[in-house]
Amino acid sequence: MADKSRRAFMGKILAGTAGVGAVASLYAMKKTWDPLPSVMSAGFTTVDLSPLEVGKLSIIKWRGKPIFLLKHGSDIERNEARDIVTQDGSYTVVIGLCTHLGCIPEWKKDETKFKCACHGGEYDIYARETFGPPPRPMDIPPFSVKGSSIVLGEEGPEYKKMLTLAKS
Amino acid sequence: MKELKIFAVVSAFALTLYWGVEPYAHSILHPHVAPADFEFKDLEPIKADGDVAQGKNLVTTNCTACHGLKVEGINNPLDNASANMSYGVIPPDLSTAGKLYNETFLANFIKDPANAAKVSHKFQNGRSHPMPGYGWMSDSDIASIVAYLKSIAPAEMTNKEVFVDACGRCHNMKYDKNFATSDVSEYMGSTPPDLSMMIRSRGEHYLKTFINNPQKHLHGTAMPRVGLNEESQEQVITYLEEVGDSKKAEREALAPYVLGFLAFMTLISFLWKKEVWDEVK
Amino acid sequence: MAKFEKANSVGEWLDQRLNLTMLNKVMMTEYWIPKNINFLWAMGMVLMTTFMILLVSGIFLLMYYKPDVNMAFDSVNFTIMQDVAYGWLFRHIHGVGASLIFLIIYIHMFTGIYYGSYKRGREMIWLSGMLLFVLFSAEAFSGYMLPWGQMSYWAAYVITNIFGGIPFIGDELVVWIRGNFYVADATLTRFFMLHVLLVPLAILGGIAVHFYSLRIPHVNNQDGEELDYEEEANRYLAGNKKRSKVIPFWPVFMAKDIFVLSAFLFFFFYLVFYNYQFAMDPVNFDPANGLKTPAHIYPEWYFLWSYEVLRGFFFDIGGMKATDIGLAAFGFAQIIFVLLPWLDRSPTVAPANRRPYFKYWFWSMLVVLIILSVYGKLPPTGTNAWIGFYASVVFILMFLALPFITTKEAKATEKANAEKGAK
Repeated sequence: MADKSRRAFMGKILAGTAGVGAVASLYAMKKTWDPLPSVMSAGFTTVDLSPLEVGKLSIIKWRGKPIFLLKHGSDIERNEARDIVTQDGSYTVVIGLCTHLGCIPEWKKDETKFKCACHGGEYDIYARETFGPPPRPMDIPPFSVKGSSIVLGEEGPEYKKMLTLAKS
Repeated sequence: MKELKIFAVVSAFALTLYWGVEPYAHSILHPHVAPADFEFKDLEPIKADGDVAQGKNLVTTNCTACHGLKVEGINNPLDNASANMSYGVIPPDLSTAGKLYNETFLANFIKDPANAAKVSHKFQNGRSHPMPGYGWMSDSDIASIVAYLKSIAPAEMTNKEVFVDACGRCHNMKYDKNFATSDVSEYMGSTPPDLSMMIRSRGEHYLKTFINNPQKHLHGTAMPRVGLNEESQEQVITYLEEVGDSKKAEREALAPYVLGFLAFMTLISFLWKKEVWDEVK
Repeated sequence: MAKFEKANSVGEWLDQRLNLTMLNKVMMTEYWIPKNINFLWAMGMVLMTTFMILLVSGIFLLMYYKPDVNMAFDSVNFTIMQDVAYGWLFRHIHGVGASLIFLIIYIHMFTGIYYGSYKRGREMIWLSGMLLFVLFSAEAFSGYMLPWGQMSYWAAYVITNIFGGIPFIGDELVVWIRGNFYVADATLTRFFMLHVLLVPLAILGGIAVHFYSLRIPHVNNQDGEELDYEEEANRYLAGNKKRSKVIPFWPVFMAKDIFVLSAFLFFFFYLVFYNYQFAMDPVNFDPANGLKTPAHIYPEWYFLWSYEVLRGFFFDIGGMKATDIGLAAFGFAQIIFVLLPWLDRSPTVAPANRRPYFKYWFWSMLVVLIILSVYGKLPPTGTNAWIGFYASVVFILMFLALPFITTKEAKATEKANAEKGAK
């Protein structure tokens, strides 16, 4: 009967309209769950590397994580894939968390290596894994170079280049 | 038809209640006051002509002992903390005074600060306003000072700059990470409130008359009449809105979409209802 | 245990285990509602929907709200209103929703009073409904405290102070309720607990009872007619839909509900975007200050009639102190609506306009409540105080008179029916 099908048709349109409303509401709810703009903007930290002493480890916080800052002396070989270079020299800048299970390794200046107390993992001056359970080098955070400083959180061209080098 | 009548009765009662409890009650709780007077008619306008060069002399000689004049390279003689301690309030830099404040007000303020700012009631029994009055100066001298201040004033100021200059010595604006440069609680007798949400707790309408003359709404208040001209006051209120109701534009942009959708939904649901009920009626 | 055989579809599989076909019949397609109804019958669904909207918007506010006297105001007015994406929308929805739900509650309640839907087997519906009114009032009161504005603080202070009027234990009770000598962090956190967990759970339970209590006596209709539901249901199921006096909850009753709901939501969101000051009072955008009482304190509009009865008695009468009389009157006002099924001595279930005496009582009561509400908002000085006093007295007297009015009406109706029967 025409009535039944018109009724069914209107019913389907109504259900569809309600569905659109539901999807829009879910979108708004999803956005409310997003990290706050104030949190996202705080995820960028500018670090001035010029005051660092050669061979002395500095630790700062970025996005709640420890960041190792280590200035290389002129005797240390350049490593294109791992060094962060500013106008003042080369540095190791990595997230100071062991890639095995997340403990914070210690910098042993006399042995020129990072040693992780949890399960004996070791890293060289470039923070590459050399001994023990760590599966990969300590992670380099996104950065961009601005004179003597770097901005952590920003993906600068130098960072992007290192990513492609790391893949190959 | 019958349902329309029922709807009319329900609406009539609801709207009467709304009227009584909102617009009517509010007109009683907040009685009407005279509109803002940006000509400051209660003050004598200065009739003399001013000379800018003479004004510059007078300001450098008489005012820079306490006031900075950044645009001429003269900084505030005391740092904020010392100034606060000595005067109770920090003397403002005069570079922008010519842009922010009304001429008549400025002239009268220089002559008698407490009177122009309507805070004479706070300076009684030997207590005097930290700024001395220059009522002994001739009218042409006062006019020259005002003319000079206007000549060095910037052409444009952002809303925030106006606020910080005119209000920021006493009032915090926490939500914009702005804090009062001085602590005037002792000088005033009470602490000036943070203004972050003032646009929503008072509303534009109230603020327009309030800022222009605080005594109108809060008789006996320690807040001075600041003497802003109409343009600068509007900038202050716009800034208050930017900080206290920053989502206004987003809210007004979203409204038509939501209401449009619901109007459409009402139509469609009515059509389906009609289809369903035609079978039973 | 039932015997389970292989199902031929997902629907059949679920049906074998949950008996969904029976559930669907009982709750939806064979739940019979009278056909002789108007849009006011949709208010129940409107309330249910608004409550769900409050729940969901509340959930998102809960993600960012901080129940601490130092952080509450900023968590609402900065974080939620200005930092969180659509935070302002959820807050406006929640505030407007809380106010609007009381408008619908009052319309729903007075629809019940008008049509006599509180008697002849429907007393439990009325009682569970009044319980829900009390629970929603507690929910609104506790919720209003949370933004910790000037009105939040002072409303909490004044209302918790009321309990000091209770003889002997009053003063200790006030300290116990507040968790401190004054309205402090302890007060905020416990009312947060009430608002977010305990009262919503109680409301959900109340709704379940309210919905269940409808089933045996059945929903009322515009004429108060007693229907033979079996006969009418069979007529409908036999195919005679137009002559049957009943309709199934789904799809017929719900079709009308959804239409009324959509129109309501349009009104709701118009208020959310353009006219929300009545629900979000400007005074509450001033941070709470225990050392400064605002020039005008008043509760939200839906509490005003009650508030006016409380302060309507401003002079001592015959040895009793004004505050005590006010407190007693306030207590009376809270309970008296609950007793309506027993105050109305007439057994007639009919719309008020067809009851010779009750109709005057009904419309006058509405007018008195509006007067009490408006004067509850105005400063209680001079003439306002006297109008408030007389309105409160009239309110009390009207309820005390109701048993007498309705007894007389019952006798008059009986007489009229007997004469009609004799003709």
